[in-house]
Amino acid sequence: MVKKLAGYMKGLWLFALVSAGGMIVEAVCELALPSIANMVYNRVSVAESDTVDLKSYVIKIGMLMFALAMTGLLGGIATMKTSSIAGQKFAYRLRRDLYTKTSEFSFKNIDTFSTASLTTRMTNDVTMLQNTVMMSLRMLVRAPSLLIVSAIFAFRINAKLSMIILFLLPVILAIVVIVLKFGFPLFRKMQKKIDVLNRVVQENLIGIRVVKAFVREDKEKEKFRLASDDLAKQGAKAAGVVVTVMPIMMLLMNVVIVYIYYNGSMDAAAGVMDVGQISVLSSYVVQVLMNIMMVSMFLLQFTRAKACGDRVVEVLETEIDIVNPQNAYIPENPKGHIEFKNVDFGYHKNDKVLENISFTAEAGSVMGIIGSTGCGKSSLVNLIPRLYDVTGGQILIDGVDVRDYDISALRDLTGVVLQKNVLFSSTIKENIRWGKADAADEEIIDACKAAQAHEFITAQPNGYDTDLSQGGLNLSGGQKQRLCIARAMIKNPKILILDDSTSAVDTATEAKIRESFYTKLKDTTVIIIAQRISSVKNADKILVLDEGKIAAIGTNEELLESSEIYQEIYKTQQKGVLE
Amino acid sequence: MPPMGPHGRGQAVPKPKNAKKSFLRILKYIGKNSVFLIVVLIALVLTTLCTAGASYGLKPILDGIAQSISAGNFATEGVRALMLNLALVSLCYIGAAVFSFVQSKIMVAVAYKTTNIIRKDLFDKLQTLPLKYFDSQTHGEIMSRFTNDVDNIQMMLEQTVVQFFSAVFSFVSIVVMMLVLEWRLFIVALIFLAIMIFNSVNIAKHTKKYFTAQQSALGKMNGNIEETIEGMRIVKVFNHEKQAVDEFDRLNSEFCKTATNANFYSGLMGPCGTGINNALYAAVTLIGGILVLSSSLSIGTFFTFLSNTKQFRQPIDQVMNQMNNIFSALAGAERVFEIMDMQGESDEGTVTLCEEKTADGKKWYWLDGEKKIAVEGNVVFENVDFGYVLDKQVLKNINLYANAGQKIAFVGSTGAGKTTITNLINRFYDIQQGSITYDGIDIKRIKKDDLRRSLAIVLQDTHMFTGTIMDNIRYGRLDATDEECIEAAKLASAHSFIKHLPDGYNTVITGDGDNLSQGQRQLLAIARAAVADPPVMILDEATSSIDTRTELHIEHGMDRLMIGRTVFVIAHRLSTVRNSNAIMVLENGEIIERGNHGDLIAQKGRYYELCTGKAKLS
Repeated sequence: MVKKLAGYMKGLWLFALVSAGGMIVEAVCELALPSIANMVYNRVSVAESDTVDLKSYVIKIGMLMFALAMTGLLGGIATMKTSSIAGQKFAYRLRRDLYTKTSEFSFKNIDTFSTASLTTRMTNDVTMLQNTVMMSLRMLVRAPSLLIVSAIFAFRINAKLSMIILFLLPVILAIVVIVLKFGFPLFRKMQKKIDVLNRVVQENLIGIRVVKAFVREDKEKEKFRLASDDLAKQGAKAAGVVVTVMPIMMLLMNVVIVYIYYNGSMDAAAGVMDVGQISVLSSYVVQVLMNIMMVSMFLLQFTRAKACGDRVVEVLETEIDIVNPQNAYIPENPKGHIEFKNVDFGYHKNDKVLENISFTAEAGSVMGIIGSTGCGKSSLVNLIPRLYDVTGGQILIDGVDVRDYDISALRDLTGVVLQKNVLFSSTIKENIRWGKADAADEEIIDACKAAQAHEFITAQPNGYDTDLSQGGLNLSGGQKQRLCIARAMIKNPKILILDDSTSAVDTATEAKIRESFYTKLKDTTVIIIAQRISSVKNADKILVLDEGKIAAIGTNEELLESSEIYQEIYKTQQKGVLE
Repeated sequence: MPPMGPHGRGQAVPKPKNAKKSFLRILKYIGKNSVFLIVVLIALVLTTLCTAGASYGLKPILDGIAQSISAGNFATEGVRALMLNLALVSLCYIGAAVFSFVQSKIMVAVAYKTTNIIRKDLFDKLQTLPLKYFDSQTHGEIMSRFTNDVDNIQMMLEQTVVQFFSAVFSFVSIVVMMLVLEWRLFIVALIFLAIMIFNSVNIAKHTKKYFTAQQSALGKMNGNIEETIEGMRIVKVFNHEKQAVDEFDRLNSEFCKTATNANFYSGLMGPCGTGINNALYAAVTLIGGILVLSSSLSIGTFFTFLSNTKQFRQPIDQVMNQMNNIFSALAGAERVFEIMDMQGESDEGTVTLCEEKTADGKKWYWLDGEKKIAVEGNVVFENVDFGYVLDKQVLKNINLYANAGQKIAFVGSTGAGKTTITNLINRFYDIQQGSITYDGIDIKRIKKDDLRRSLAIVLQDTHMFTGTIMDNIRYGRLDATDEECIEAAKLASAHSFIKHLPDGYNTVITGDGDNLSQGQRQLLAIARAAVADPPVMILDEATSSIDTRTELHIEHGMDRLMIGRTVFVIAHRLSTVRNSNAIMVLENGEIIERGNHGDLIAQKGRYYELCTGKAKLS
């Protein structure tokens, strides 16, 4: 994991080096100042001789200190600049690769991660890693170098007294470990309580109509009260740990100061060290201890960052299961003839969604697929543009196995309107252009007219330039579906797949859209998945799916004769309709 | 330099409009715990005094030791003085630790208690707000009142206030000490203080600018991630990977650029503060040294002043940081209080609903003062006009009556106003013109809760709540027994699929309902309404996601469910609508045709067109 992520620092090591160097310069300057000031103190305190000489000495030292202060400042600025650049550049590259990798994912890959988790990885996790890199560059060098330099100074002044550092080291580590062991589970628990509370609010907001319709405000309040009390209790508990630890740490430092003052005075009386050095020694020792704490806090940050790193690397190292074949086939003049040969399919091992599916759809024909929810209709059509791979048998388009096609070429010749419609935040026009990047305005209008979308688009204040990202605009489900149909139609694909994509469009409008398939897309093989018989009854061929198997194939008339399932569906839907 | 939290230095912080008012209102919430605040304040002062006492107690110790060593009486008097002084200093240290512990412990308790009350008040208020409010706000916005804003208030109470005051105290104590020690050096310090503040303000200004840019770039980039990852399947289907990656790369580099700047400037505060402070240290050493040499300053004072100089910077930094936190907390509090001050749903109704047990079950009555009217379910609309916003009418001159036990259907294209009509019956929205009566009583005169209790509604988007299936059905009537819930599930044809779930009726489902299909959720919603057993029922596309074969199976149950009730049905499936007593065809907010199925077919109007799919849209 670390090795993989370290690769993203390539070319940034110089920045990292400058950053570390700047930090060390700042730390050394900062540490040196009290010692130099002490020199002045020592000289002027015993000064009775040559004041003029001393004055120039003081001025010289003062200037030197000033120069050191400025050098430290420059070091600090250099660190800030370089660490910002390195940290952000690192995150930039990581995000770019994650995004690119995700765009190469097959549907199956996306399924295994879930979109929510992919989003979190690209946002929160990367930010966490970036912060870690930046903090490391700024602090990870500073804390240990301050620690070491202070320790060296301290030991040089009085090695015997400085030994207390070694004695306190395990104590501090123990405290940190205890905080981690007992404090962090409390915070984790608190996070869970926060999640519960948020869930209660969110469900309440989404279901506010249900709450109000059933007059359940009191029940909701009670639910929230419990969650809120729970959170308050847990939160106070967790915060209580932090509050207890800080004064203890503070007291520990102060005990060290008292210890050094006492023993230092004894040593001074014995002539081992100067009285003036006592306060300097104690400040060095405190500095060492503070930085030990700092370093251990860092280790903590690292353990948290490690989890994020693992999640990010998991995405980067995912094996993509649908890739372009070698010597990929690029059709010159595709027709759109589809043949399924004994196709089996399942999303997981031992799971059969489709079993032994065989049929052909002639080029330019219209085929309907009907069947109850969960019978495998969507899975079946997803196999055609190779959104998933078959687990058995094969699918041929114009006689060539889809797995031998160049994937882009294959998807270029198929247009799909998925069940779950997604439009992107740009103008209506831009959204339609997804189907054909260089489409002229007239083409767009044509496609929208064919999809029965032109009318409501022109009713929008900005017409085709209406921005879909603006929250105020609320397209109805049916209107969104029609835009998606237009987007697929403008591609003028050889194969057009409509997966239950007119469910929210009323019958009359749907009929008009269907009509345009026959007039505008004469050479296109159209596959329509539908709930309503009326959507498919004019198709050249209707496939009735039942529990992943083909129950019947035929025209409307044939099926009404032979298929029991089809008859049943027909009956329920024909009730009340005047033919 | 602590790691940057969510409210790092110089981040763009919205200024509260009326800081004092919000602060006082938070104080009011602290309420009886205010006594503790005084204790905290005292503890705070004592902590500062102890800390100051300890650091000023240390210096003379060394002078004393130096003197006694040179005087040669260290072993006798020196040790005694040392012990005594160190004991005093230790006492101060212990005092500081104890007082700071007391003060933070109390503040934590007060903070969590107070925000808990605020949070509950906010939620309680939210429950009373009209639907109009929820229509006008995104869920994210309301959620952030509960998360960010309340959190900020809590942060302020828990840490910020204490740290702010303690920083102010220690700053004051250092400044006073400096002034007392040596006024000439104090002036030097003052000059550097001015530089420090000038510099901080300057950096903060830059940081704010870049942070705003960064936030906006971040918003765009994360928006793009969310959208395209969510829509990645579409991206792939349209071979749009390259364009998507290019677009993302553009946003990504834009963010990288602004973030680098924002990080740089916010990081500058630390080194600059240190640098200027070190320069002050150098200046004090230089000038102080010369003053000592010209014998106008004692060496002890010089050194004490010097060590004070070192501690000069920290409280200034802290005050500046905490100011930002306080501002953002108060701004958050303002947003929270804004909701609390909103007008809740009005309810001037006086007619109440009461239930009486009779020999053959239960009977519902309206209590209008002394009068007792049996609840039948007669609903009448008279000349009703309505619009969600002023000057945009959604419904025009709606007249209809539904007699007890009748089934009334609404059909028409999306946006015709079908759902709106049903929303008026239970007063989700109030009409502007005309009247709606329920059993002859104007619904405005009926207590809102009771009105809604007398109606059950099944919506197209079926929202469940995290909990067991049984709990979700019981949502319709809280005192329903398990048997009654199961009976309702059977009526809604939900029983058979529930039985097959791993834990049956005790299966836990989540609000977003990953584990149930949309159709199954609709069956549950129907069961939920069935268990409520009200005289009037509204079914708004209640079976739209149930496939036709399943619908065939539940038809019988639905018919039984409707017996003896007034039912309003919205559907686009004819099988659901056909056997209604009256069908209303809506277009652009008006009823354009009405009658039963046979009448309307015979009319060969809009309904006929919808049925046969032969409608020609103009």
